[in-house]
Amino acid sequence: MPKITRVFMLLILTIFSCCCCNISHNSSSKKQTVTIAGSTSVMPFTEKLAEHFMIDHPEFIIDVQGGGSTAGIQACMNNTVNIGMSSRQLKEAEMVLNEIVICYDGVIIVAHPQNPIKDLSLKQVRDIFNGKIKNWKDLGWVNRRIDAVSREEGSGTRGSFEELVMGSEDIDDGIMVQDSNGSVKEVIATDPYAIGYISLGLVDSNVKAISVDGIEPNLKNIKNKKYKVIRPFIFLSKERLQEDSKTFVDYVLSNDGQKILIKEGLISIYD
Amino acid sequence: MRVNPRFIDKIVKLGLNAQAFFTVGILIVIVATICFKGFPYINFEFVFSSPEDMGRRGGIFPSIIGTILLVMLSILLATPLGVGTAIYLTEYTKESRFTKIIRFGVESLAGIPSILYGLFGFIFFVIKLKMGWSLLAGVLTTTIMILPTIIRTSEEAIKSVPRNLRLVSYSLSATKWETVTKVVIPSAAPGILTGVMLSIGRAVGETAAVIFTMGSSLRFPASLMDSGRTMAVHFYILAREGISMEKAYATSLILVLSILLVNIIAYYIMNRVISKYS
Amino acid sequence: MIKKYRFNKEHLVRAILTVFALSSLLFLFLIFIFILFEGLPLFLKIGLNKIILGFKWAPTKDSFGIFPMVVSSFLVTFGALVIGAPLGLSCAIYLSEYSGKKTKMFLKPALELLAGIPSVVYGFLGVIYIVPLVRNYLGGSGFSLLSTSIVLGVMILPTIISISFDAIVSVPKTYREGSFAMGATKWQTIYKVIIPSAKSGILASFILGMGRAIGETMAVIMIAGNALKIPTSILDPLRTLTGNIALELAYATGDHRLSLFSTGVVLLVIIMILNYIANFGIKRKVLK
Repeated sequence: MPKITRVFMLLILTIFSCCCCNISHNSSSKKQTVTIAGSTSVMPFTEKLAEHFMIDHPEFIIDVQGGGSTAGIQACMNNTVNIGMSSRQLKEAEMVLNEIVICYDGVIIVAHPQNPIKDLSLKQVRDIFNGKIKNWKDLGWVNRRIDAVSREEGSGTRGSFEELVMGSEDIDDGIMVQDSNGSVKEVIATDPYAIGYISLGLVDSNVKAISVDGIEPNLKNIKNKKYKVIRPFIFLSKERLQEDSKTFVDYVLSNDGQKILIKEGLISIYD
Repeated sequence: MRVNPRFIDKIVKLGLNAQAFFTVGILIVIVATICFKGFPYINFEFVFSSPEDMGRRGGIFPSIIGTILLVMLSILLATPLGVGTAIYLTEYTKESRFTKIIRFGVESLAGIPSILYGLFGFIFFVIKLKMGWSLLAGVLTTTIMILPTIIRTSEEAIKSVPRNLRLVSYSLSATKWETVTKVVIPSAAPGILTGVMLSIGRAVGETAAVIFTMGSSLRFPASLMDSGRTMAVHFYILAREGISMEKAYATSLILVLSILLVNIIAYYIMNRVISKYS
Repeated sequence: MIKKYRFNKEHLVRAILTVFALSSLLFLFLIFIFILFEGLPLFLKIGLNKIILGFKWAPTKDSFGIFPMVVSSFLVTFGALVIGAPLGLSCAIYLSEYSGKKTKMFLKPALELLAGIPSVVYGFLGVIYIVPLVRNYLGGSGFSLLSTSIVLGVMILPTIISISFDAIVSVPKTYREGSFAMGATKWQTIYKVIIPSAKSGILASFILGMGRAIGETMAVIMIAGNALKIPTSILDPLRTLTGNIALELAYATGDHRLSLFSTGVVLLVIIMILNYIANFGIKRKVLK
């Protein structure tokens, strides 16, 4: 019996020491770390940029987290992170932070691919989300309740949506809420009667983009400013960027970085 | 018309049988779904490589390491504290109003929803103590979370050691501490270990408290101040965002297997310890 | 001289243990006190009524009414009990009265495994299987009170089964034997003798199950839809107190952040009351 317990203890110690070895191997005291957090819209793209950046700069570690634009702004103000990500314009109280626009993105109204509706007026979209239009039959489809999905209050995507589409009207209380772009997209991709808004960069064949006021939400219309629901992706820092952060941000703003963003479906700052 | 009670008896037996098997059936469906949908995607690469493209490709190695580190460090911190507190409360203090209040406090804390630990950990450790999203903040929060369980189960185990054993030990001129370490704790070991294993299981599956304190970075938590994911957090993000259903199933399989492993080890140790000392 | 050495060592040990005990108690009460400290001021500032009975949650516009979420939390808990209590009690009865040793050996570990599955896995499976089921056969988006109740009901089954089982098993053998001696069938014995005797323990299991359901977060935010209105049908989406904290935690500041702590205080109070009632119930049975 004691033998088996001893073997077991040895096993646990081995696992633990492996982890500690890993720690010293990848010890971040030897590496330069940049911590970034914020908008769930910006996050997947920052992560992609970080992946490419770290291939060329293996001594760097770029940590990316989500949480939402407001969370990122707060984290930046509290010095919890080096760089904050936001997908909406800053409010007055938040403008103490340094803003660096890294690209532009559109907020796209999306529905399930089976949904036959191709276009909605801005007013119709507004009325869906403030609860006035509750049934698809009022829009020319079947007699079935509209499953509208929104983002949580601190979301930059919601902030931009409220500013550019809702105007002064509130989003209705009875509308479902999900806490990231990805989860909104999941709901819409699986529910034929759902409608919501997500980032342009996330639109793919699983959802269907809906034109607003006849304008198709594609890159061309965003670049020539015909499609109006556009917002910037912003990197934020509290004081001037530290050296490590600056290296990464320079990469993001460089041609290489912007090429990656363009490939993902976003709009470069140089367009 | 009076229905034969024996007939009712048979029907009831059938009904209860059915419900019991329905419940087991639910478990089987859950485990089978995870196994069949997740198993095809588990291979050496999955377990030992890092995630790429937000987790669409690659493996989950950093989150496995993150889980192991978080859980082991929390247990290392919480077990001595918890067992020591239990020993103190039972052996070194008299039953008084003070101890009753403490016991009630510990009981209540055992039932607190994990999101409140997440709320506390985020505001206190991550922001106010400026630890940022880090392994340290996660470990401290998880430690506080499992402490009540360890204290409670240890206390119960120690209390149930028969008084005679202690008296015999004293009569052999052992000191209090010798009695505690050589008689009481070995007797209470199965109960204490159960509490520890229960806590390990809880910590491995915990998401709400961890995601707000340790964060959700895809990298290795290489130091205490680094952020990282545990398997549960990684699974939650994969599932919620629909990033990759296959990887989600595979991650959940490994997660459930780890918890199963912990339970099996717990049973094994308990049986061994019980057979040794009884 | 040896005696003196022993004496010092005992003192040292006692001192160390006291430090351990005090530090862990400090840790524990730290969280207690922190939540109270941060959560109470808002109640004093805005008024208990406006918060707990307020209908509108719009924290960026200074409206902190959590009433819809309190109602939703209770609805979801009640729903979970509707599904979990009868099924759980039946299983407990089956386990104690009808199952043989072999079945017991199989069922007990099965229950523990069910209890060990993380809540995010339940939430995930709920989204993949229960939500579409509800949507396709009953209507609505599937993210609803019904779906959440089903998943939570399954989650609290192990709690209800194990505590009810303990209560039923501790009914003295003589009760059963006396009942059989008077010619009662097994079922008559169960529902006329055993269940009434085990009543307080069984109720305690329900209450502890409630405590677990009301505190559940991750599975709920994945399935419930998180809408801010009080649901008018079981197919409507809803947001619980725990879900609200999880959704807003990362970005809340100032009064908004304090309101989350106030929500935490409300949750704490509810769960402490539930725990107290449950333990009181169990102790009463023992005293009997």
